[in-house]
Amino acid sequence: MKIIVLLKRVPDTEAKILINSEGSGINEEGVKFIINTYDEYAIEEGLKLKENVGGDSTVTVVCMGPEESTEIIRTALAMGADNAIHICDAALDNPTPDMTATLLAKAIKNNGFDIIFCGKQGIDYDMAQTQAFLAEKLDIPQVNIISEFAISDDNKKAFLVRSIEGADEKVEADLPVIISCNKGLNEPRYASLPGIMKAKRKEIKKLTLTDLDSSGVPAEKDSTIIKWLSLPKSGECKIIEGEDFGEKVVELARLLREEAKVL
Amino acid sequence: MNYQLNEEEKMLQKTAADFANKSLAAVAVESNEKGEFQDDIYKQLGKLGFLGMTVPEKYGGVDFGNFCLALSIEQISRVCASTAVAISVHNSLTNWVILNFGSAETREKYLPLLASGEVLGAYALTESNAGSDIGAIQTSAVREGDNYILNGSKLFVSTGDKAGVVIVFARTDTENRKRGLSAFVVEPDFPGFSVGKPEKKMGLKASSTVELVFEDCVVPVANLLAEEGKGMLIALSALDGGRIGIASQALGIGQAALDEAVKFARGRVQFGRKIIDFQSTKWKIAEMATKLEASRLLVYNAARLRDSGDISTKHVSMAKLFATRAVNEIVYDSLQIHGGVGYTSEFLIERLFRDARALEIYEGTSEVQKLVISREVIKEYDRILPD
Amino acid sequence: MNDVLIFGEIRDGNLKKVIKELVTAGRIVTEGTGGSIDAILVGRGASDLSESISGLGIRKTICVDDDQVEKYSTEGYAKTLSDLIAESSYGYILFGATAMGRDLSPRVAARVGGVMFSDCVDLRFEEGRCIAKRPVYSGKLFVEIVPVGKKPVFITLRPNNIPPAESDGGKTEMVSRPSGVTEDMIRALATEIIPMAGGRPDITEAEVIVSGGRAMKDSSNFEILGELADLLGGAVGASRAAVDAGYSLQPLQVGQTGKIVNPKLYIACGISGAIQHLAGMRTSKVIVAINKDPNAPIFEKAHYGIVGDLFEVVPALTEEIKKLL
Repeated sequence: MKIIVLLKRVPDTEAKILINSEGSGINEEGVKFIINTYDEYAIEEGLKLKENVGGDSTVTVVCMGPEESTEIIRTALAMGADNAIHICDAALDNPTPDMTATLLAKAIKNNGFDIIFCGKQGIDYDMAQTQAFLAEKLDIPQVNIISEFAISDDNKKAFLVRSIEGADEKVEADLPVIISCNKGLNEPRYASLPGIMKAKRKEIKKLTLTDLDSSGVPAEKDSTIIKWLSLPKSGECKIIEGEDFGEKVVELARLLREEAKVL
Repeated sequence: MNYQLNEEEKMLQKTAADFANKSLAAVAVESNEKGEFQDDIYKQLGKLGFLGMTVPEKYGGVDFGNFCLALSIEQISRVCASTAVAISVHNSLTNWVILNFGSAETREKYLPLLASGEVLGAYALTESNAGSDIGAIQTSAVREGDNYILNGSKLFVSTGDKAGVVIVFARTDTENRKRGLSAFVVEPDFPGFSVGKPEKKMGLKASSTVELVFEDCVVPVANLLAEEGKGMLIALSALDGGRIGIASQALGIGQAALDEAVKFARGRVQFGRKIIDFQSTKWKIAEMATKLEASRLLVYNAARLRDSGDISTKHVSMAKLFATRAVNEIVYDSLQIHGGVGYTSEFLIERLFRDARALEIYEGTSEVQKLVISREVIKEYDRILPD
Repeated sequence: MNDVLIFGEIRDGNLKKVIKELVTAGRIVTEGTGGSIDAILVGRGASDLSESISGLGIRKTICVDDDQVEKYSTEGYAKTLSDLIAESSYGYILFGATAMGRDLSPRVAARVGGVMFSDCVDLRFEEGRCIAKRPVYSGKLFVEIVPVGKKPVFITLRPNNIPPAESDGGKTEMVSRPSGVTEDMIRALATEIIPMAGGRPDITEAEVIVSGGRAMKDSSNFEILGELADLLGGAVGASRAAVDAGYSLQPLQVGQTGKIVNPKLYIACGISGAIQHLAGMRTSKVIVAINKDPNAPIFEKAHYGIVGDLFEVVPALTEEIKKLL
């Protein structure tokens, strides 16, 4: 079984994100970059599936992003992925979901695939679009934001639970399928020390736009960011004073009712 | 700051940090409060390879070496220094001694168990009358046929009640102080082995420290390390690795203390200002960060020297002396920045303060480090200066 | 390309209330383009439900209600919408940023060659172009983004951000339309919906959220938050620390790796206020922080704060509010 896992390099969740001095994007100085948080669940699910299915199953990590993405790719290999494809080209500057999906689709088709796992969204631009564009280009079904995954004995059908508002939605999907993973799906493993040793010897296939034949890739971007905005400064917090907690809650309830008018 | 880490070292550091921040952090507060040793944490550490870091692959280890071990202990100690005690002892004392002084048979028997974390290792050296002065060891080992019979008791044995393999130092020759010591690999199942009382320590509470008692304890001759009389040599040569481990703990505790101080000072308002804006706070932060940085450079350098095979005794002792002294100053200043609340167990600094204190004492007190350093330094001069 | 199509989501036989906000968004667009607004409702009961949005300024409501779209499938619904879009001239297609909208919209956009803006919180029309405001980096920043070229623009709009449309007295035409979906087109199908226990509203839709952090110390202690939440008809949320410690469940997590919420009242109990938590709740209208540590960063984002033990303060607050209501 050919298992594909999509990876993206993004700023750490703990990082403070500030706009750069030109106002054209974020200030990356001092920002730590990590594997997109949700992609870790995708890696884990891919590895678990490989372990369950056995045979000559492989987990191939596919990442599109700058040179520095090698670091997160190696981490995925150390976690247990078999090999990796890194689409990396200086000409790629914040590609749109359509562009990204077109290139990913080419690389994934060349490699072959039975199932694709990815994170439910990149925690940078938070668009959650690439998986749908990719599904459309590969002409396969998509199931998003899943919290449970199982596969039929003949490996032809996936049984999934996806999180929707206030409920779980059970979904059955035919393979090949692309699945976007949510937190809670599993507990991603750490890159073990033996895994780190082995990762050194695993292949990372680098592909440029020329290697991929960029026909069909939209030449122009279909949208542009015209302004970056910081959050408005939050107002002063009114710390409620009082002799004891009893007095404080009386005052808080009064303020919520009379001043904030939310009760 | 990258400290010239290569790709593998960075990944290993990240695994150690992630493990500390997630798995270990989830249990650290409670296990330190209750003084509970976390068996499960060591099972996980074993699976990840952290318990075979100086053991070659053929014995089931991942031979990353002392520098990587230092990086790992530093990250673990940031969250729970107690946990790092056993990692340090296990890797740099038990595993290292068996690897370097065990027979082929001993290595094959014990190293795979230890490297995988299936069993933990302990190191029984100290006695009530033999602390810094290990020549005063009184536990005896008398050969009887195919066995040695051990009698005596050992104090302050880290993980002694949890270990599956204990290195025990005992006297095979009562006449010769220095050459009368021998080292043995002892299993808790051997007849005559028992665990005595646990110590009630000031800090490092999630690490267990016990007395071990040997009453006609039967140890097969095959479990003698190297040969009779080599005990002192073994003990001394293992110490360098152990000391790097302790110095690395100092880095982790120091980093946590600095982190806590800055976090606290950014939020705390007194006299209408955040206390981080007061010069007295800023100066403390500068001192803490500089001491930590100097410690780190000394420790990393010592660990790399030991990996390169160069004689590192002087550098190791310098690193331990400096880093363990520095961390005590750092936790002192961090607690001072916290003020009253820092003296309560609500804040991490209270634990860091207690844990740091042990570092200047075990695996060679600061005074012993000074002996070692001065001896090495004077020896260097003796070689070049006229008599 | 001047017309707007809005998608009405049917769930449990009800039309999601965000549809009226979509109408407001549609009006913002059509005031700029001069076009009209149509709506499409897909699923069981579409025709009956279309009544409830009649007279909001919608020109035509297209109802698709056959067996093939009784249950949600990305492919079935995408086929229905893309067929309609292909034979019409919609320049703007609006969805609620719900689980269904976020799943369906990009798939339709990919199929018809559209450009998509996800999770928008505001729209305006200036100099002939539609400017969408959307959060990035989990709400740590916002961007204003505009389409380039002639692709149809797909927008998912977050609930509770722009006011719902009021009736304008106009007439809405109602038409039925077959889905055009056949069984073989559906390779992934929702077979069952299992509501979460508790009966409280979902945190992404709740108007009041009472959230707990690591200081809750145990899952059973969340009950004291539940009592306050129930009193206010709200939901109970949790910080990542509380979820990771096993005190609460992942679907209730507020923050960057959980849900982004936007209630009228957010009460943070024993939550220190890590960056990644703040990212998930900072746009709440009124934020109350209850924390023992006066230095907790949550106080910097809160409107009202009580320094104190949540185990004392929260039950007392519940009692006090009971008296007021």
